[in-house]
Amino acid sequence: MSENLLELRGVHTHIGAYHILHGVDLTVPKGQLTMLLGRNGAGKTTTLRTIMGLWQASQGSIQFAGQDISRSSTPEIAQRSIAYVPESMGIFADLTVKENMLLAARSAKRLAQLDEQRLQWIFSLFPAVEKFWNHPAGKLSGGQKQMLAVSRAIVEPRELLIIDEPSKGLAPVIINNMIVAFAQLKASGVTILLVEQNFNFAKRLGDSVAVMDNGRVVHSGSMQALADDEALQSSLLGLAL
Amino acid sequence: MTIQTKLQELDWKPVALVPVLALLVLPLIGSPSTWLTLTVAGLAMGMIIFIIASGLTLVFGLMDVLNFGHGVFIALGAFVATSVLGSMGDYTSSSSLWMNMLAVLPAMIVAMLVAGAVGLAFERFIVRPVYGNHLKQILITMGGMIIGEELIKVIWGPLQIPLPLPEGMRGTVLLGDAAVEKYRLIAVVVGLLVFALLIWTLTRTKIGLLIRAGVQDREMVESLGYRIKRLFIGVFMIGSALAGLGGVMWGLYQQNVIPQMGSQVNVLIFIVLIIGGLGSTGGALIGALLVGLMANYTGFLFPKLALFSNIALMMAILLWRPQGVYALNK
Repeated sequence: MSENLLELRGVHTHIGAYHILHGVDLTVPKGQLTMLLGRNGAGKTTTLRTIMGLWQASQGSIQFAGQDISRSSTPEIAQRSIAYVPESMGIFADLTVKENMLLAARSAKRLAQLDEQRLQWIFSLFPAVEKFWNHPAGKLSGGQKQMLAVSRAIVEPRELLIIDEPSKGLAPVIINNMIVAFAQLKASGVTILLVEQNFNFAKRLGDSVAVMDNGRVVHSGSMQALADDEALQSSLLGLAL
Repeated sequence: MTIQTKLQELDWKPVALVPVLALLVLPLIGSPSTWLTLTVAGLAMGMIIFIIASGLTLVFGLMDVLNFGHGVFIALGAFVATSVLGSMGDYTSSSSLWMNMLAVLPAMIVAMLVAGAVGLAFERFIVRPVYGNHLKQILITMGGMIIGEELIKVIWGPLQIPLPLPEGMRGTVLLGDAAVEKYRLIAVVVGLLVFALLIWTLTRTKIGLLIRAGVQDREMVESLGYRIKRLFIGVFMIGSALAGLGGVMWGLYQQNVIPQMGSQVNVLIFIVLIIGGLGSTGGALIGALLVGLMANYTGFLFPKLALFSNIALMMAILLWRPQGVYALNK
């Protein structure tokens, strides 16, 4: 059994008067790609934001590499080698693509200090990032922005990548590139937690899966088992694929 | 990105407003020499307002903080300058511009240091408890300004204090038939230097990138692992220091200082920020130049409309671009 890099135990989150997460239990095994699935409003994005400290958990514990991070600030959590891509992508529209990349590389003060080999690898996965290197990020298309958001998350090595719906609104060819990128990242030992609505995308990549409903994890296990069981898919996700 | 590409992508319409306004009033003024004198006066006033407003626009853009107490740093800078320049009479009474600069430069530096240090305390004790609540920010920062003005009265007294221009900065320079005050040219140069330094920092350094990114999406900057609150404290201090520098410039421009001078300039600063687009440094420059020119032109042409003219200018700009001339992509 593999060691867990991230573990949530009984996490509750309130946003104002609303009680959104009702005791989430979630484990993300080290070196694996874990898919977080569920219908709209199930609490997936809230779970990611709670992990990142953008919304504080009102109860429960969040352990990363054996350390409790549930009371840490967002910058402290990110500095523990966690990269986060929000659903909105968080692109700095008035900055150029290269400026966006430079900001994500905390250890680099100048462009010349970016890891050239890693940059070339990113360009091979997402050619648009190289093509529009000097352009304002706000002028990119939705798919190009998504590629930039993921590229920014991997510009430096991180232990855990947390990505909210990377395939949203992307053309099939870009989704394939994304799948290649995540597979290569996984092969390099990076642990990934992905929120996804696209089950076809999820089953091609996921090692393990957690399904959320009404602010709780209602199923967790191997992705293969879920992919092979149409009845379970239908009952958990409301679809048969 | 090449300079040529950058120029191609620049939104020129707001930049063109400044020469368009200047050229539109030329027929109304009639005399080209009077027009030139008024234009340089307007640009000088605009540059001083820009120095004051530039820090405030970043403070708002970065942390959504409405600091109505910014004016107190203007007054503080000006009063510190009265003390520093008052103690350097040998240098200020010299007719050599260079000797004068040896007095004015230390006055500017001390004013900036004092205003920056007070800005640090202002952020810690007045602004920090009210993050995220605009109404409380407006009330408490205005309260902070009143307290600051009263403290200035305690230290320097309640009366107007003269701040005469050093000898070498007085007088005029003839440009053709137009007589242009030397100090106004100096103010334009200082304003341009501050603008160039700010733009260089914002575009060429990582800290500048962080400020620009934070203005657009501070949550994402934190998610990348940067402590934006520390950055904000730094920006608040620099903004206060620039207001202090602006106070020295404004005090020398008016040649006297009063404790309430900050609150008098406050209205103009907020008009500039709204015209420019909250959080935009380039917008603040355009807004400040437009306000400076408009104040001088209407002061000459229609003195009774001088105050209204800047409000009208702001309304016209907002009808054209409701978020200001350079709205940020948030």
